Formats: sequence, structure tokens, C-alpha cells
Amino acid sequence: MSIKTLTIDGRMVTGAAGESIFDVAWNNGIRIPRLCHVGGISDVGACRLCLVEIEGWPKLAAACLTPVEEGMVVRTQTERLRRHRKLIVELLLAERNHVCSVCVQNGHCELQDLAAELGVDHVRVYYRFPRLGVDMSHERFGLDHNRCILCTRCVRVCDEVEGAHTWDVAGRGVNCMIVADMGEPWGNSETCTSCGKCVQVCPTGALFEKGKTVGEMYKDRRFLKYIVTAREKRQWIR
Amino acid sequence: MSQRIVIHPVTRIEGHAKVSIYVDDHGEVQSAQFHVTEFRGFEKLAEGRPLHEMPGLMSRICGICPISHILASSKAGDMILGVELPPAAYKQRRLVNCAQVLQSHSLSFFHLSSPDLLLGMDAPVERRHLFGLAEQEPEFVRRGIRLRQFGQRIIELVGGKRIHPSWGAPGGVLRPLTVEARDEILQWIPEALETVEFAIDRFKAILDRFQEEIEHLGNFPSLFMGTVNEDGELEFYDGRLRLVDAEGNIVADGLNPERYFTFLAEAAEEWSYMKFPYYKPLGYPGGIYRVGPLARVNVVHSMGTPRADRELREFRQRGWQVHNESFYYHYARLIEMLYCVEKIEELATDPEILGEVVRAKAGINHLEGIGSCEAPRGTLFHHYQVDEDGVVRKVNLLIATAQNNLAMNRAVEQAARRFVNGLRLTEGMLNRVEAAIRCYDPCLSCSTHAMGQMPLVVELRTLSGELLDRLQRD
Repeated sequence: MSIKTLTIDGRMVTGAAGESIFDVAWNNGIRIPRLCHVGGISDVGACRLCLVEIEGWPKLAAACLTPVEEGMVVRTQTERLRRHRKLIVELLLAERNHVCSVCVQNGHCELQDLAAELGVDHVRVYYRFPRLGVDMSHERFGLDHNRCILCTRCVRVCDEVEGAHTWDVAGRGVNCMIVADMGEPWGNSETCTSCGKCVQVCPTGALFEKGKTVGEMYKDRRFLKYIVTAREKRQWIR
Repeated sequence: MSQRIVIHPVTRIEGHAKVSIYVDDHGEVQSAQFHVTEFRGFEKLAEGRPLHEMPGLMSRICGICPISHILASSKAGDMILGVELPPAAYKQRRLVNCAQVLQSHSLSFFHLSSPDLLLGMDAPVERRHLFGLAEQEPEFVRRGIRLRQFGQRIIELVGGKRIHPSWGAPGGVLRPLTVEARDEILQWIPEALETVEFAIDRFKAILDRFQEEIEHLGNFPSLFMGTVNEDGELEFYDGRLRLVDAEGNIVADGLNPERYFTFLAEAAEEWSYMKFPYYKPLGYPGGIYRVGPLARVNVVHSMGTPRADRELREFRQRGWQVHNESFYYHYARLIEMLYCVEKIEELATDPEILGEVVRAKAGINHLEGIGSCEAPRGTLFHHYQVDEDGVVRKVNLLIATAQNNLAMNRAVEQAARRFVNGLRLTEGMLNRVEAAIRCYDPCLSCSTHAMGQMPLVVELRTLSGELLDRLQRD
């Protein structure tokens, strides 16, 4: 395994060939914001929050999808990146109906935390206020499309870890939606095993346990590391 | 020439409203209307939401009474789940409801109304407010603020947050009450009792100065409605409704609040966003009834706590069994504050309130649920219809302030007729009209939720008032 040496935010760090900038940065205590990346499942670069500057590169690169290279000089916290990230969060908030004060996830939401961290005190673009439904047909869980940011964590964890591939994405552009099976109510899905992994990895209150009220939903995705380690290394450790 | 005097905005109330007073050529008041000018629409925007989010969503209707909405909403949810609450949850809810009434009444009495009461209706407007009062009577204001803080602190200790706590849910509450929190609540009791009794003494001492206001700020016969327990005592959380008439005769008793729609109905007028509920058997507007502190102390047999009962006896010795004077809302509010502090002590010393089991869990077992409780301003009803998955399909909110709408309009008109002279207006005259509204402590942000069927009338008139054209949308 060859080792690559690079500079991130002025610090000399090393990572294995094939490792992403994101992972190497996180392993070295350099925090890059993200909403679609979750350790243990594949990356798709959907949220664009982990964009970084790389010296000599003509455009910004998604850290989760860019492998480290020898001699790379990466910057993760510049004024330009901060500006872009702030706008991305504002666009996410404007795209659907995110009303934190009455959300099950209020107080423990990754989108909300990130907005606070980036200083999003108002949204500069027009809210779309789309009319979207809530799928409460599943016996144990609910899906509120109003709060979905299309990070597709649920799609990937269901496919790659649970192996059911109940979730997928349908439609294009603003009509893009998470769908169960071929677009039927979640409760009618023949493939869903009701394992709840999708709920636990969802960064917002879009997927939640039924019966939870405002601010009551906590997500716990420690299971993911446990399962992935068990599968890859045959070690059952928490 | 006849003219219209407008008071806009009405000050020291919660929400936005204006008053129109119609005056004839001789300066005599012909009529007056109380318009609610804000619109909220919560009934509509709750449609499509999961049932379990409703207490949190409904809480947002109001920052003064979030607890009342959480409770009525949670109770409607209890009915849909078809569960009976664990004792600790039941007692927590009762405790917090008392705290809610106490803090809201403190706000109404000390912050909003005491400037009129202690400084006088005609005091200079630049000084007739809480800060002006604080300069003159710092100790009175300090105690009032502390008393409200006590109510808010209980909500914070039990619910986790003073305003809009994430605490109530269908089936119970979110977390058990800790011993530390309970102990802190009990520590406050002696000071709170002293403050309420101090305020009552103070109020009784100045009451004689307001004979004219007592007579003319909304003194008229009407029905009164409130919740009582099986012994006819005051009940805020869980009881049956009783209606009495202006002489105190029981008109209806043992009414089940879950069937409110069989005896209450709502009318709409084109000049206000607030609906006009009335008692069905007597029709509209003859079925005018009042709710809130005055109504509650008028309907009960007794308060059910010793100090409050002592004050109730004295209150009743000041006139008939039933007081029709709206000015006595202030008095009734103070008696209820005393009841709340005593009841808080009783509930907090009950060991069952510390129970660990606080939530009954169940699926959707009924498709309709109605929850009611006594909010600070009167009886509050939440009525939900859900589908089999627990998604809310229809919401009807019957808010206390709206139930006083007819009465407030009548009080405004009476006050205007008595105190307003259209030829020579003074600020003190108009303040008395506002004071008639303040007796009811209306919370307008809570009470304006109708949507879809708001009739709109546009009239085109000449300067002399001749009608040229009229457009109506129903």
C-alpha cells in the first residue's frame, strides 16, 4: 500500500493511495462539513458541502470523491468555500419546507447544526414552499418529504448495508423524490425489512420513528461502523 | 356630520386589533365594534401533519399560552390513541397547567392592567405603562415580575424550556419530573402565596375608586361557561362543563367537552377575523356566553383550596352570587392565581408526580379526537380528525378569546357609549374603551384561524357616506 503525503490547511498529512481527501482530513482532525457522506457506505458527492480548493486545479473538488495524491496542497476553510457552503445550505432550506421549531429532529439535526455553524441567519433566495406529502403508511417509521435534502444516505445504506434496495430516487430536478420500491407507499413495500437503518442515517427529520414528537427524535448510527467492521474484518466490536 | 373614531392598535393586549366607534351628529356614540385584524391559519397548515407533531405545532400558536395548546392537543391525541395516562403524566400536566395559568394571569394583572388600576385611567399616557408604574411602585412591579417568573420556572423545570417546551405528547409527557425540580418548585411557594395575597389586598383597597368602570365597562347579563369537577369545584384540566345564567342559575351541567359541537356553534362576521361562538340552544347572538376567570368563579360551587375559597366568599359578598361586571375579571383572575399557587403546592407534594412511567404508547385507535382544558382566558377545545396512518386531515380550534368575542364587542360598545363623547375626545375616554377589552385579557394571536370562507365586502362611498357600489365575495 503506497502512502501519499500532502498538505491540508498548511499541515503535512499522509494517507493511503485511494483514500479520499475527506477521510484523510478527518483522520487528522481536520473537519470538513458534509451532509451526504457517512463512513461505511459509498460516496456520491450529492451535497457539495465538502468542496475544497486544490492548488493547481482549475475548479473546486468534492473532498469525499477526490483521492489524495502526492504533493497535493488542499485548503478546506477559505472565505470562498465558506461563502459557497453557506449558499448551499440556504438553497437546501429554501428548496423544501424546513420548519425547525416543529420538527421531530429539532436540536439534533445535521442540517440545522450546519446552518448554525455557517452563520445562516436568513435565507437570501426565495422559498419554494412546495406542497409535499408525508408518508406515514409504514408501521414503525414515517417519511416527510418536506424535510428531505436528497442526500441519498437512505438509498445507499439500504442497498449496501441492508441489501434490500427499497429506497431509490425518482424524477428529475425539483421533482426529484425519494421513493420506496417502484413509487408506492412505504407501508406497501415488499422489499423493506423494517430494519430502520435508513432512519438512523438520515441527517434531518425526513425519516423518523412514528410516535416521536417535536424535538424527540435522536439518531444513532453507531451500528454502521459495527456492521461494516464486522463484515470487512470479521471483528464484532462496538 | 356623523364620524367614526378608530383606536388602532389597541394597546397592552396580546395580538393586533382595532376598535371602531360610530358617533352621530351630536357626538353621541351609536355603536362600536372590536375588530381583530390579524390572521394566523393554524387550522389549515396543520392538515397533513403527523398526529404526534401536533402538540409541538399547536404550541406555536401562542408564546403566552403554549402549555394550554400543548395540553388540549395532547388530550385530543390521547383520545385518538385511546389511552389512559400514567398517573405521573396526568399530574405533571395538571401541575404545568396551573403554572401556565399563574404566569399568564400575572402578566395580565401586573404587566398589562395594573398601570390602569394603580396609576389611574386618566394618568398621562407617557407614564401609564409598566415602566411608569415601576418608577412609582417598584416593589409592586418587582413582585409581579417574580410571580410570573415562578410560573415560567415551573414550566421550565418540568418541560425543559419556558416557552414552547418539547414536553407534551399524545399519551403523556416526554420525561419524568426530577426530585430536584420538584424541590425547587416547593421552595417558591411561600413567596408566591405572599405576592398573590399582597396583590389581592392591593386590588381590594383600590376597587372603590372604580365604581363607574365596574358599572359601565362591560356590565351586562350573559351566560357563563367553565369547567368544574364532580364536586362543583374549579377544575382546569379534566372535568365537565357547566353553564350558568346572569343570576347564577345552572342552565346546563355535566356537559361533556368532547361533545362541544352539540351545544356550541360559531358564527362569522365580515368585519373581523375572529369567529363568534354562541350557545346553540339560545341561538345567535342570544346565546352569548363568557368564559375565563370571571366565568369560572361564577360557575363553581367552591374553588377547592382553602385560601382561594376564603377570597371567593368575600368576592361573592360584594354583590350577587354571580358578577356580570367585566371589571371583576381582574378580581377573579387574582382569586384563580391564589388557587393555582395552592394547587401547585398540593400537586408538587404528591409523591406520585415523580413516577417514572410517563407515556402510554399506542397506535391509531380512533379517527377523531377532542381535547379541552381551561386555558387562562377560558375553555379551549382542539378537535382533530386523522386517517388510519395518523395523518391529520381536519382541525378545528375553538379558542377561549373567540368565545368572549361577542362579550368583548358588547363591552366595547357599552364603554364607548358611557365614556366617549364624539365632540371632545380625550385620551382617557379611549383608554377606558381599551380597558374594557383588557378585562378579558384577549389573546388574538390564538384565536384567528378560520380559513377558506372569509366573506369580504368592499364598499365604495362618497364623502357624504352615500353608497355607490358594493362588491361581496362569500
